[in-house]
Amino acid sequence: MVEIMVLPPARRMVLWGDTAVADRAGAAFGLALPHQPCRAVEAGTRAALWLGPGEWLLLGPDGDDPPLAPALADLPHSLVEISDGFAALALHGPGAARALSAGCPLDLHEAAFPVGMVTRTVLGRIGITLWRRAAAEWRLEVPRSHAAYAEDFLAEATRGMPGF
Amino acid sequence: MLIIRCPYCEANRPEPEFRHAGAAHIVRPLDPSATTDAEWAEFLYHRDNPRGTVAERWRHIHGCGRFFNALRDTVSDRILSTYPAGQGRPE
Ligand SMILES: [Zn+2]
Repeated sequence: MVEIMVLPPARRMVLWGDTAVADRAGAAFGLALPHQPCRAVEAGTRAALWLGPGEWLLLGPDGDDPPLAPALADLPHSLVEISDGFAALALHGPGAARALSAGCPLDLHEAAFPVGMVTRTVLGRIGITLWRRAAAEWRLEVPRSHAAYAEDFLAEATRGMPGF
Repeated sequence: MLIIRCPYCEANRPEPEFRHAGAAHIVRPLDPSATTDAEWAEFLYHRDNPRGTVAERWRHIHGCGRFFNALRDTVSDRILSTYPAGQGRPE
């Protein structure tokens, strides 16, 4: 059983900077940015996702406006709002990993891709950001113009699966 | 499929996430306009093509996005080790 949902609009910001920037941003954002590779942390309605060394994706509800820019004003950094560039899909259910595996070459077993892990990867012919929020709950950040492809790809992948 | 260890993600990852990016440890002349045509051509175009171990740049383009270096055996296609950009070639 897999449920595919298009999630509502969200606030998205990409932050580049060193440890001092991360610490300052974490204080302004209300949660400590993860330093461990490929890990996400969430608190309340906000989440911070490690995308690369010194690079984080900060997620919040639509219209969220944490005071990051003033907090970082005197530190070299890059902070870019990319809210409208991406769309989010949620994938729920015990068959979700299997559906993703139709187009994602990563090992999605919980031992290899545990809860709280996030990474950019591929799904079929597109690049996605894949985040495991719970054992059977995934969030995909997809470039907006690829969102329909991702949704169709996953719907197709679930056809004929047990329980459908 | 090659399984490649990304030194930044600190994990083994599948080949479709990566792009090959040419020979590693090629130093760009600090002042290009001061080089001769032969020196510039050497920097731009001339590469060894040995049978055996080569140092290459790879990019984890569908992952952390970062460039790193890898030692690869051109006979077996086995990747012997990977290491961060900026680090010297391992023995
Ligand atoms: Zn990586």
